[in-house]
Amino acid sequence: MKNKSLVSITDFSLEEILKVLDRAKEFEKNTNQNILKNKVIATLFFEPSTRTRLSFESAINRLGGRVIGFTDPSSSSVTKGETLKDTIKTVSNYSDLIVMRHPLEGSAKYASEVSSVPIINAGDGANQHPTQTLLDLYSIRKTQGKLENLNIFFVGDLKYGRTVHSLLMAMSHFKPIFNFISPERLKIPEEYKMFLDSLKIKYFEHESFTDIISEADIIYMTRVQKERFADLIDYERTKNIYILKNEMLKNTKDNLKILHPLPRVNEIDIDLDENPKSYYFTQALNGVFTRQAIISLIMGL
Amino acid sequence: MEKFKKMKVSAIKNGTVIDHISAKDLFKIVEILNLEKVDNPITFGTNLESKKLGKKGVIKISDKFFLDKDLDKIAIISPKARLNFIRDYKVFGKKDLKIPNEIYGIVKCVNPKCITNFEKITQKFEVLKKDGEVALKCKYCGKITHKKNIILT
Ligand SMILES: [Zn+2]
Repeated sequence: MKNKSLVSITDFSLEEILKVLDRAKEFEKNTNQNILKNKVIATLFFEPSTRTRLSFESAINRLGGRVIGFTDPSSSSVTKGETLKDTIKTVSNYSDLIVMRHPLEGSAKYASEVSSVPIINAGDGANQHPTQTLLDLYSIRKTQGKLENLNIFFVGDLKYGRTVHSLLMAMSHFKPIFNFISPERLKIPEEYKMFLDSLKIKYFEHESFTDIISEADIIYMTRVQKERFADLIDYERTKNIYILKNEMLKNTKDNLKILHPLPRVNEIDIDLDENPKSYYFTQALNGVFTRQAIISLIMGL
Repeated sequence: MEKFKKMKVSAIKNGTVIDHISAKDLFKIVEILNLEKVDNPITFGTNLESKKLGKKGVIKISDKFFLDKDLDKIAIISPKARLNFIRDYKVFGKKDLKIPNEIYGIVKCVNPKCITNFEKITQKFEVLKKDGEVALKCKYCGKITHKKNIILT
């Protein structure tokens, strides 16, 4: 993994994924380590994402590294019309690793081709966000004690949700059963169903929450975004069907955990926050350990 | 009858005949080869009878031979097409087209949010077959460009 860019979750083999998870566990036990001393890491946020940036910068700081970069492209040379290529070429002279988020799809892959240092993709448009996937895997393994043979429910926008697609691909290594709950227009795309069929992985599609959630080990919630609807009334009606409430968890399994990539809008009722089955805030904390693991392994440390 | 058939599209002395084009793809081929900018004499035929294709199209271009890059373009649009190379009214070579596994340049990615539509990048596609038709998967953004959406760079 040393010097390897992480653009898509498929860049890492199963062994490499497990190595990240094992290393993340060590960082959870012993978070502050000075292994990035004298290293400079660039965080280039061509579009703002405070949550993801803070998680990365916390990870770097806890490892004793230094951070350079920008948090908003309006404060950088990007607004002066500099190409992504020139920005990456320049910054790779100043740093040992680049973490980048960019609104255009494929930008991280392109950056990895022109950069002399490894690139970590912190989100390229609706395309990939592999560190989110790794922290989701870490959260699943930590709460379930295993990754194999789990019944995983994905709820909400399954058509455009990149976190759903990447997690589905990554979990396919571990003999899962999938249940998809979404409105008709936001169903899981055909290509992912074909992918699951080819691996003989079982999946079921539903249009609303039913008693079936009593079989869930993980419920992975996502936002239903307004932009996806042409009709506002349709949006208002739809978004209220996919709200998870505390009372709905009555007959669910003891080991069930509710995950969400955050930020949420209203799809998880706040009355669920105190339920021990809610896990989304700890999931976000796991993001720091997972990113520590990814950075240290790519740096060969 | 035999004679009449020959007269449908007149013979050329030297050049290339692109035969066995599906009739519906003829104008797309004209477009991708940029034939409207070519000064050489060109003859087109379309909706001709073909045992293999039902209706086929033919393009005959005098004094022109194509580069491999052009052949890839033709293969993506009309994979059953065949090229005949003509010298002194005689066929001196034939070439069946092969769909490449990857193509570089040539086609624009259909995704308006793809980085390749913003910076000067040589496009890379993996060639997939979907429902018997060629589909191009962008190696940058992962989106699929279907044949009907193909626009050249
Ligand atoms: Zn693309």
